Amino acid sequence: MQQYSVPRLITKLLLPLILLFALYVQFHGDFGPGGGFQAGVIFAAGFVLYALVYGLDNARRIMPPWLLRVGVSLGVLIYAGVGVAGMLLGGAFLDYGVLDSHDPVHGQHLGILLVELGVGITVASVMISIFYAFAGRGR
Amino acid sequence: MTEHLPVLQVVVPLIAAPLCALLRPGRAVWLLAMVTCALCLLIAALLLDRVLAQGVISYAMGGWPAPWGIEYRVDAANAYMLLIVAAIGAVVMAFARTVVEQRIRLPASKQPWFYATYLLCLTGLLGMIVTGDAFNVFVFLEISSLSSYVLISIGRDRRALTAAYQYLIMGTIGATFILIGIGFLYVMTGTLNMADLAARLPAVADTRTVRAAFAFLTIGISLKLALFPLHLWLPNAYAYAPSAVTAFLAATATKVAIYVLLRFFFTIFGAQFSFGTMRLDAILLPLALAGIFSASVVAIFQTNVKRMLAYSSVAQIGYMILGISLVSVTGLTAAISHLFNHALMKGTLFMALGCVSFRIGAVSLDRMAGVGRIMPWTMGAFVIGGLSLIGVPMTAGFVSKWYLILGALERGWWPVALLVLFTSLLAVVYIWRVVETAYFQPAPEGRATTGEAPLALLVPTWTLALANLYFGLDTSLNAGVARRAAEALLGVGP
Repeated sequence: MQQYSVPRLITKLLLPLILLFALYVQFHGDFGPGGGFQAGVIFAAGFVLYALVYGLDNARRIMPPWLLRVGVSLGVLIYAGVGVAGMLLGGAFLDYGVLDSHDPVHGQHLGILLVELGVGITVASVMISIFYAFAGRGR
Repeated sequence: MTEHLPVLQVVVPLIAAPLCALLRPGRAVWLLAMVTCALCLLIAALLLDRVLAQGVISYAMGGWPAPWGIEYRVDAANAYMLLIVAAIGAVVMAFARTVVEQRIRLPASKQPWFYATYLLCLTGLLGMIVTGDAFNVFVFLEISSLSSYVLISIGRDRRALTAAYQYLIMGTIGATFILIGIGFLYVMTGTLNMADLAARLPAVADTRTVRAAFAFLTIGISLKLALFPLHLWLPNAYAYAPSAVTAFLAATATKVAIYVLLRFFFTIFGAQFSFGTMRLDAILLPLALAGIFSASVVAIFQTNVKRMLAYSSVAQIGYMILGISLVSVTGLTAAISHLFNHALMKGTLFMALGCVSFRIGAVSLDRMAGVGRIMPWTMGAFVIGGLSLIGVPMTAGFVSKWYLILGALERGWWPVALLVLFTSLLAVVYIWRVVETAYFQPAPEGRATTGEAPLALLVPTWTLALANLYFGLDTSLNAGVARRAAEALLGVGP
């Protein structure tokens, strides 16, 4: 891809927009269409594009496999952790209402935001890991 | 904290799984997984105790009451199933450490993933049992299925990969059918809660959609539980998976699928619709008998002992389906009791084979010649498991066979009872082939003389072997609670 300057330039232009859009889908998921799963996939797609154009080695330098390994687990832990926090605060598992002692509605917002964040992190990490696994075959 | 027990049953392994994946390879990972499995077993025992004392426990996920939110609902039937799965999960985890360290095609750096996957599989299986929400069943089914494909594929034999792929295709078809069935039910009733579905279904039962849903669910679940002739994925998957994985899956995965079948047919659709209107027993009975007979015969001609036991599993599943198709309290008791007993006997047998393959590197009949003399404890456990499989009195296997024959005679189906007896003789044949080879034939040339399997493998194996004997004598759990579960499912009990 060294000689194709147009795809390289376009990728550089698009990459921040893709990642920003992923974050928008992630955090606007409470109010509009979207959420952790979609955001995670879009976020991962950005890295896949980068790896296709700039090579797998460069991609691995930015998003190293150990970080993905942490990300895969961290997302699940955030999700389950929010659930357990609800339990410790006296509610049921995944009861977000008790997360804020003053306003249950605020608690619900906080809870779903964190849970979707966990989903987003895990989905993005898994998607990039799968891409690395396939792209790295036969090396 | 005790009111959270139903959800903790699922959350504890779910949290432990990613923690395992984060840990560095070593003893600590196994220890964390082992403690988790032990905790799961403790929770399951507490739940069963509470359910037997106080009746049904209901838990509202996220504080949303049923039928709007996801409800976890534990009655005698699923508390009993939870105990089976959690107990096998814990015993096999104790067995797994040595197997994973030395007998799996997995570099040491990736071993934590094995434990993470195992715990996820356990999460999925426990979740399918504990939940009272039809869609939740599907979600947990996918969790357990996907992780079990991974677990099977890491067997030492390269054929494990194709076996896992085959299972993946069949399992995905099954799961899709289940999802379509649940979707149809949702379209007709607008609810996913099992109790709510059961209340709303009779009003719309006489529609093509509900009948189609019933058909999709029957085939989908039958694929997952390997009902003859949908069992073709099972022999390879069990034969080439690592021995610890085979012991775990053979004792739990198909059992949980049978539990799901019971839940859908008896609790959601109701026995009246499933067996009165749809005449499901007329389909299940011949398939069960054909499965028992053909799989037992095929088992006799296998040279790989693991594969032989896999075919025997297909036959044993046939016994459970036979019990269900009797549609009586005795028949259901036989089926539910056999879920427990079969988990014990197949767990013992596959773990004993794991010990054999650990020492001599193979489980084919010709390589196993003379093994009984160098590994007396291992083969002792195998013999106990085998006797239980045959259904010899004083072993757990006898209990379920007894109820099965009783149930068949109650209905006046004495040819069925005779066939159960006859196929038990087929089990004698294939178990005897192994015993005869292991004890009475000279060791083959060129096999290194090795000793008994290490204690880390023998202790779990013998735990289950002794359980086979114990539950053959004290039947309050595997027959008493099974009866209560059967009554709960048929809606005739207290």
